[in-house]
Amino acid sequence: MSELQQDQRSEKPRFSPEARQEIEGIYKRYPEAYRQSAVMPILHLAQREFGGWLSPEVLAYIAEYMDIPAMRVYEVATFYTMYNLKPVGKYHVQVCTNISCWLCGSDMVMGSLAEKLKVKGGETSEDGRFTLTEVECLGACVNAPMMQINDDYYEDLTPEKVAEAIDRLP
Amino acid sequence: MSQTSTIKVVYKNIHLENSHTLAVAEAQGTYSTAAKVLAMSRQEVIDEVKKSGIRGRGGAGFPAGLKWSFIPQDDPRPKYLICNADEGEPGTCKDREILRHDPHLLIEGMIIAAYAVGAERGYIYIRGEFVREAERLQSAIDEAYQAGHLGDNIQGKGIRFELNVHRGAGAYVCGEETGLIESLEGKKGQPRLKPPFPANIGLWGCPTVINNVETLTSIPDILANGGEWYAGLGVAKSSGTKLFSISGHVNKPGVHEVELGIPLKTLLNDYAGGVRGGWENLKGVIPGGSSTPILTADICAEVTMDYDGLAKAGSMMGAGSVIVLDKSVCIVRAIARLSRFYRHESCGQCTPCREGTGWLAQTMERIESGRGTHQDIDLLLDVCVNIQGKTICALGDAAAMPVVGAIKAFRDEFVHHVEHGRCMVG
Repeated sequence: MSELQQDQRSEKPRFSPEARQEIEGIYKRYPEAYRQSAVMPILHLAQREFGGWLSPEVLAYIAEYMDIPAMRVYEVATFYTMYNLKPVGKYHVQVCTNISCWLCGSDMVMGSLAEKLKVKGGETSEDGRFTLTEVECLGACVNAPMMQINDDYYEDLTPEKVAEAIDRLP
Repeated sequence: MSQTSTIKVVYKNIHLENSHTLAVAEAQGTYSTAAKVLAMSRQEVIDEVKKSGIRGRGGAGFPAGLKWSFIPQDDPRPKYLICNADEGEPGTCKDREILRHDPHLLIEGMIIAAYAVGAERGYIYIRGEFVREAERLQSAIDEAYQAGHLGDNIQGKGIRFELNVHRGAGAYVCGEETGLIESLEGKKGQPRLKPPFPANIGLWGCPTVINNVETLTSIPDILANGGEWYAGLGVAKSSGTKLFSISGHVNKPGVHEVELGIPLKTLLNDYAGGVRGGWENLKGVIPGGSSTPILTADICAEVTMDYDGLAKAGSMMGAGSVIVLDKSVCIVRAIARLSRFYRHESCGQCTPCREGTGWLAQTMERIESGRGTHQDIDLLLDVCVNIQGKTICALGDAAAMPVVGAIKAFRDEFVHHVEHGRCMVG
């Protein structure tokens, strides 16, 4: 039995061979003596690999993998808002409600989404497909109001565009 | 100076189809300036940028050439160049356009800057949410390596520059240069005390230059046309062109490049389609991003968009992020929204900011919801006095300035909230 299969049986987090190869590429971006710098890209990668969030087990595994103290990984993971420390839905719908979006109708966007997805801000739908989050400025102010679903921006929103964006998701 | 300038420095290519590709960029002459610059001496390059008078376009407005000259050239330590692409201040979205549509011009600017300061390795620290922009940037970097514009022997001239993208992960404070360095070192992005400045002790303890995306993208044209040419654009002490992102209550929000010194009224009317409902419907403008004090409509009619003009009007250029508010807006609610942002983004490292931003957000929320008192208005000003100038980085000041500015300009709205328990505007 291969090492990979053993780990799957014990449910211990483990990077795929592709991810390990990607990590080797990440390490090359920084001088050998400053491997700690790779922790942020590796956390991004791990979040993608392990279901969209970072469990305590995943954080411990990253520390072990990178050979750095677990607290160094934990303090980075907890400082930045893009690292999810709780499970999120398949689609993480993040609505900017900061000033430019607020001036241009972010209340409408939140309202439309809450009605359509049947969740409030901060909640995940019962089927696990959607998590709706109100976020700070996403930096697309001239195209307000806007939202982000996973890695993509949806800009110049109207109630119709909000509904269309959700309906088009696979 | 022409008020409707057609001179484009940063935005000269982005209207073209596939402007993000190497083929289109090279056809427009991108990388040809770098090729010429690599034959100049480093000091000549720095002198030309000094002559241009360009000030950092990220918000602080520090002269870029002077910043480069602080890097100790006889120092044996490696030098680093960082592009600050952590655009995150509410109202600010100009750099994203460059990252999406003209990444090669930014790379060329970085090659020139790296050569000038002697850096052989550089990073573009891009805000984490800009996933697609980071991908596009990486594609451009890959293309530039393949074409020999980056790497061990740039354009066959024996000069080395290695460039990488580093994504942030959702922390506004990482736009502050030392917070950015901490983050790039793989830590919490908590700013450092200065001095020492990054020019001496920066990334991994080495001399480091950090410039904004827009600043670096301006560099190729400055070197191609000469510093004096650039200094002739704009107005005294505010040379050159600037990107202004205009959002909020205008008919055509957008990002426009104009010469500095343009009247705000011209900028809004000629470039942004005018204020929603007409100029008479204007209540105020936040001229440089959420941290800059709001200007009342009567000041907006007169003010020019340059560093001195905005300072005289009691505000700041910031990143050139113009947020327009019409008469339907409750100023108290608008500022309360901003205070919530700064509380959320305070890194928690120093007490005046950590506690002060919380006090501001709570007090603003109390007044906005109709539970405030007259003493709360004075309390806000008192808290601001105890934040401003007393924190490690400028985030504390950024949290305080909009509150102080709004009370100064629209105190009657705060008083109305306290006395009537609701907005003046209904």
